[in-house]
Amino acid sequence: MTPRTHPYSIELKGISKRFGTVQANKNIDLQVPAGTIHGIIGENGAGKSTLMSIIYGFYEADAGSISIDGQLVSIRNSQDAIKVGIGMVHQHFMLVENFSVLENVILGAEGGAVLKQGMDAARQELKRLEQEYSLDIDVDAIVEDLPVGLQQRVEILKALYRGAKILILDEPTGVLTPQEADHLFRILKSLKDQGVTVILITHKLREILASTDNVSVMRQGEMVAHRETVNTDKEELAELMVGKKVRLKVDKNEAEPQQTLLSARELSYFDSQGVERLKKVSFDLKAGEILGIAGVSGNGQSELLNVLSGITPMASGEIQFAGQTITANAPKNAAQMRDLKMAHVPEDRHKMGLVTGFEAYEAAVLGYHDSEAYNGKVLMKRKAMLDECNERMAAWDVRPPNPHLKTANFSGGNQQKIVIAREVEQNPEVLLIGQPTRGVDIGAIENIHEQIVKLRDAGKAILLVSVELDEIMALSDRIIVMFDGAVVGEVAASEADERTLGLMMANAWNEGRGVQV
Amino acid sequence: MSQAKVPAWVSVGLIPLMNILLAFFVSGLVFLAIGEDPIEAAGYLIYGAFGYDEGIGYTLYYATNLIFTGLAVSIAFKAGLFNIGGEGQAYIGGLGVGLLCLWFDSSLPLLVIAPLAIIGGALFGAAWAYIPAYLQARRGSHIVITTIMFNFIASSLMVYLMVNWLKEEGVMSPISRTFEESAWLPYMHDVFAPFGLDIGDSPLNLAFVLALFCCVFYWALVWHTRWGYQLRTVGTNPTAAQYAGIDNAKVTIWVMLISGGFAGLVGVNEIMGVNHNLLLNFTAGYGFAGIAVALMGRNHPIGIILAAILFGALYQGGAELAFEIPTITPEIVVVIQGLVILFSGALENMFKGKIEGLFLRRAVA
Repeated sequence: MTPRTHPYSIELKGISKRFGTVQANKNIDLQVPAGTIHGIIGENGAGKSTLMSIIYGFYEADAGSISIDGQLVSIRNSQDAIKVGIGMVHQHFMLVENFSVLENVILGAEGGAVLKQGMDAARQELKRLEQEYSLDIDVDAIVEDLPVGLQQRVEILKALYRGAKILILDEPTGVLTPQEADHLFRILKSLKDQGVTVILITHKLREILASTDNVSVMRQGEMVAHRETVNTDKEELAELMVGKKVRLKVDKNEAEPQQTLLSARELSYFDSQGVERLKKVSFDLKAGEILGIAGVSGNGQSELLNVLSGITPMASGEIQFAGQTITANAPKNAAQMRDLKMAHVPEDRHKMGLVTGFEAYEAAVLGYHDSEAYNGKVLMKRKAMLDECNERMAAWDVRPPNPHLKTANFSGGNQQKIVIAREVEQNPEVLLIGQPTRGVDIGAIENIHEQIVKLRDAGKAILLVSVELDEIMALSDRIIVMFDGAVVGEVAASEADERTLGLMMANAWNEGRGVQV
Repeated sequence: MSQAKVPAWVSVGLIPLMNILLAFFVSGLVFLAIGEDPIEAAGYLIYGAFGYDEGIGYTLYYATNLIFTGLAVSIAFKAGLFNIGGEGQAYIGGLGVGLLCLWFDSSLPLLVIAPLAIIGGALFGAAWAYIPAYLQARRGSHIVITTIMFNFIASSLMVYLMVNWLKEEGVMSPISRTFEESAWLPYMHDVFAPFGLDIGDSPLNLAFVLALFCCVFYWALVWHTRWGYQLRTVGTNPTAAQYAGIDNAKVTIWVMLISGGFAGLVGVNEIMGVNHNLLLNFTAGYGFAGIAVALMGRNHPIGIILAAILFGALYQGGAELAFEIPTITPEIVVVIQGLVILFSGALENMFKGKIEGLFLRRAVA
């Protein structure tokens, strides 16, 4: 290790970055003392990943400067970042699965056209690194045979081999078991002891408190606070993270919940990697209520919506809906769920809710394209589709009210209105609605919220998923919180406040029912 | 999001035209390099393709095959599938047509044989596309690889069948007996003759009408039926298709069946319309040329007809050119075709950004 000549291993001044109309980073200052573990926390979309991408050269900042060990540097791409000693471990690993650990590590640093020499030298160096930091990994193992925890260590090894003195880890524990996570933190500790500076990006408060020296909090693109970890606690961090937001106002009466329309029992789901994304989720959804699901995104909400709506099959569990029992052995697909009068506004309208290449009137029947209203014996009834689209565009104030305009050319709010109108106008019994107002302007938000409440007052059941805490609190009659694929708590909306929900979302709340600590 | 749009005539008219002109310009350089006058050569080519009745007939006869294979490639592409197997599907489709003609030519009238052979050709082509389709939809084997391999299998299968089973006895070459005239699809010049119209003798036959009918069928199917709606959803956004409860695998299999069916109809033109017997290698690369036709035609039936006629003209005019100027060999003609494919297919986006940028800037200003 080169002797440190400057107190700050990395120092950012006035970093700003804008994507279109979104200011992802606003005038960010950050000082990371050499040889420390520095945590950066914030909600989804707070700008953490953007900031790290700027440091690692994926994006160039619009303004501001980066200094490494007191030297002003210019980082235009990841090669530049590696040159000044920055290494990054991404949330999704960048490994060649059928290469050995050794081959992966020297990838891009082979040292000449003939592999043998470089490989031998690398093997020596890796052995040394591996022992020095007790990484405990077989350099000849094939990466795809290794569990995720070890694959992550290969990423760390890769960064160290390239001479990283600053190591950035983006949500490193997202894919790890608790034991693997503990091992990771021991490794980070030994890295720190050897003088490596570690930057840890996470939204898990427990990890920040357990492993970091300092912590910085980001909110809506801004750096809102810097704390020494020993001088802060969960409550303060949760509050800083969520902030005191202006309460959204939604005019609604007390809910009058009636009979249960849908009940989910112990739903489980595993993704293609075999990771358990839903862990025995159970809840009841009653007619005339809005059930909000709060949680930092990526904690199983999307999977829950997909399983309920029939898009992905469940691994185990049971759904009772419309007199039917749906299980893994007796599944129903998305079309069948629709026939039972379940409507679904997906979280991502571009990826799922719309076909952006379609004209508006075509996108406005997606999922209901088999309906008799739109079909003659052979051909589709174009005129009927157009008439209906015109009517809905008028009723929902979609602008411009042109059913022939390509869906991609509408603004986000108007696209969302097209989707919500399509689902709500089918008069469903249950509406699943994910991120109803993501990327939607203020005026449209109000309109969308009103429509949701109206549907509730008509005696329908609504399951609302949102990462916007204030939206959840404004709309819901009852709130359940998801963390790591499981339901970790339930509160009545009248008793919910930001602090409690924030702590539950970070899985750091330890009073009350069903909470894992 | 930008609401400005490039006018339609730019993207479907101007840009393809620029690409073709560039291809002809480079072809001109090739002619100069071998010491021939490009203007004179272009004259022969255009005259050969469009200058007289027989030439036009030949151009449209070639175009017929290219419309079938172009539609085949294009409809698969609507589902995001790249069907490279048009050649093999056309080959097997021709086998189906030929077998039906051989079985029924002496017992049934043309009015019965023709629909039978058309359905048979489409079914055989579809059946040949079914296996790669099944493997793609249910097993995840890549359709590009399997359809290419099925071209070779089709080719070997035909050689085996022709040599061992279908060859006429006592003949040295692998061709079947000639069908009775009741299994000949009428030539266009025979169709027009009773009306006193002389359009010159050419292989152009009623299969051309079938090809145009297929274009209408394609248009109605893709844009005006619910199956077409599903097809386009699967092709542009498979996740949204899943969300909508569309069975992607089922759509994949069906679209490949239709694609193979279109390709199989090449057999109607070649076997029933022109050769009147079963033989080897009648597909002559139409399956592959169909890829270029679909690309140039922007996956729209009107575009496919125009592109097919352009390529038909290159086939026919090129043959004329090679005949008129001895130093221009058929291989040079293939070079021209290659250049057109290169510039309008592979390099189709070369001008796109710049020209569209030009129009968008003007629209903003």
